[in-house]
Amino acid sequence: MTSSLQSAPGPFFGDFGGRYVPEALTAALDELTDAYEKARIDPQFTDELARLARDYTGRPSIITEVPRFARHAGGATVVLKREDLNHTGSHKINNVLGQALLTKRIGKSRIIAETGAGQHGVATATAAALMDLECVIYMGEEDTERQALNVARMRLLGAEVVPVTTGTRTLRDAINEAFRDWVTNVETTNYVFGTAAGPHPFPAMVRDFQRVIGVEARAQMLERGGLPDAVLACVGGGSNAIGAFDAFLDDEAVRLIGCEAAGDGVETTRHASTITGGRPGVLHGSKSYILQDDDGQTNPSHSISAGLDYPGVGPQHAWLADLGRAEYWPVTDAQAMEAFRLLSRTEGIMPAIESAHALYGAMKLGQELGPDATLLVNLSGRGDKDVEQAARWFEMLPGEDA
Amino acid sequence: MSALADRLDEIRGEGRAALIGYLPVGYPDVDTSIKAMVAMVEAGVDIVEVGPPYSDPVLDGPVIQLAAAHALEGGVRLTDGFRAVRAIADAGAVPVVMSYFNPMLQYGLERFAADLVGAGGAGVITPDLTPDVGEEWIAAARARDLDTIFLVAPSTTRERMHLTAAASRGFVYATPLMGVTGERAAVGDAAERVVSEARAAGAPRVCVGVGVSTGEQAAQIARFADGVIVGTAFVRCLTEAATPDEGIEALRRKVSELAEGVRSAR
Repeated sequence: MTSSLQSAPGPFFGDFGGRYVPEALTAALDELTDAYEKARIDPQFTDELARLARDYTGRPSIITEVPRFARHAGGATVVLKREDLNHTGSHKINNVLGQALLTKRIGKSRIIAETGAGQHGVATATAAALMDLECVIYMGEEDTERQALNVARMRLLGAEVVPVTTGTRTLRDAINEAFRDWVTNVETTNYVFGTAAGPHPFPAMVRDFQRVIGVEARAQMLERGGLPDAVLACVGGGSNAIGAFDAFLDDEAVRLIGCEAAGDGVETTRHASTITGGRPGVLHGSKSYILQDDDGQTNPSHSISAGLDYPGVGPQHAWLADLGRAEYWPVTDAQAMEAFRLLSRTEGIMPAIESAHALYGAMKLGQELGPDATLLVNLSGRGDKDVEQAARWFEMLPGEDA
Repeated sequence: MSALADRLDEIRGEGRAALIGYLPVGYPDVDTSIKAMVAMVEAGVDIVEVGPPYSDPVLDGPVIQLAAAHALEGGVRLTDGFRAVRAIADAGAVPVVMSYFNPMLQYGLERFAADLVGAGGAGVITPDLTPDVGEEWIAAARARDLDTIFLVAPSTTRERMHLTAAASRGFVYATPLMGVTGERAAVGDAAERVVSEARAAGAPRVCVGVGVSTGEQAAQIARFADGVIVGTAFVRCLTEAATPDEGIEALRRKVSELAEGVRSAR
């Protein structure tokens, strides 16, 4: 009997993962692990989460075939998993509802979170409002500028947003600051981690909460006629990708392709392609690929997409890359924006810039494989938050001369 | 044999606690930081914690964060830490390194241990590495007879106190307040409780880092701990000074005050 790669429990995924944290956080992580282990098999918890997914998030999310877009993908059949239609506009809500419920279960009253694009922050602020939890969101100052609208959304939902002014002023520094808050306030506070990275139990737990994406999509594809030839998803920390991949891990014929943000190009220093351009190391509590210099200092990452602008990646992706089970492709800012424009114009669906990286991957793969191929793309978020940035990219704002 | 244990026992024999001072390497520049570390030894620090800066210091408060970021912008390298270690050993104090894990991992754990011993270092404090995932590092350190110093916190369970006491050599580093590094108005009773719990778990020597910034606070901790660890208050002497020389003078005064504190306790 071959062993399944699905739902790998951690703390280690091959050589990756683990828990490299200050001792002061160990008790809280143990408590969380223990609570989660019990909750995941407790019908009271799983039923409540399923109810919220249905009645609040709007699950199951549909799949949509996009034939006009697919003409730019070698005529392949392209099907989108519509996580953009979830309440709050992205896949992030799937994870946040699970962790917020868990927070209530362990009797804590305050949640903190980091956010890059603001999607996870908005989702966390939403769950906090729903479940009556105090909520503080850490966001790099550069990201608060890139995503001003999401800052306002979080504040309107009642969350406190703290702009982080240290370091590179992006997602990575927001995570550092959230850890500092947690180590100070761990007695009352739970850290709702936004991606499938960080110390155990986060990589496995976040993956489990996002797993619904792939489970639904796999059943929907089978109902539609068969498994796809490939599943594509964008990878920053990698939660939407691992959520989309997990249910397909044992379908050996299905290629799994994570699209990393290549910024100005992986050959430059301005990118966020951690698996393509990084080396194994320890960052933010687990061992994985990292963009770093010879001394182990984390290098700044760059991406037009704040949600992918992270110099680390979830440990399960590092493992799948080493195993050769998943491929990780770099997609530049310009390529992602081309896909953003195409999907908007050909299908009337405006993707998040993050998700546009996966769309470009599908264009490339479709051109390689031709019209017989069927490609499933996880459309992890919608592009409303990116309108200003996209308008600037395409020079569509009034009074703006190139 | 542990140079740290020997020194701490000798100091206990003098009827006092040790004063342990932390400074980041490369702040405001490498040469000045080494000069400052030597000045601390001359002014009465017994053990110096040499801190190679790291880009993502999740356990540090704003003062040390900013100094570390400045040092990294100035181009400090991990190997500069070994130069600092050598200078401290030559000045007659015991040097230990306090480093986040990834820089050590990238340098190579065995190579790091070998080069630290070569420079005259006694051991390493690892703030983001616990014994559970520290096996490879502990093996590399033991092979070179280096001390491994792990941290305990108020949230540390009894079971983990035992685990940490058993894996530590030299001393156990107690952090009695939850939070990042930084000065505190009150250093309080929590410290005494964590120290006695660590001792009960079998740690022969326990030093405390709790945001001490005055001689009086140092005396308070020195009543029950083997050593008083001071970082932020020393770093601030350098960050607030108009010139490096003034910074080092302020540092000498602060060290003298605290050295008197650890001697006035018992």
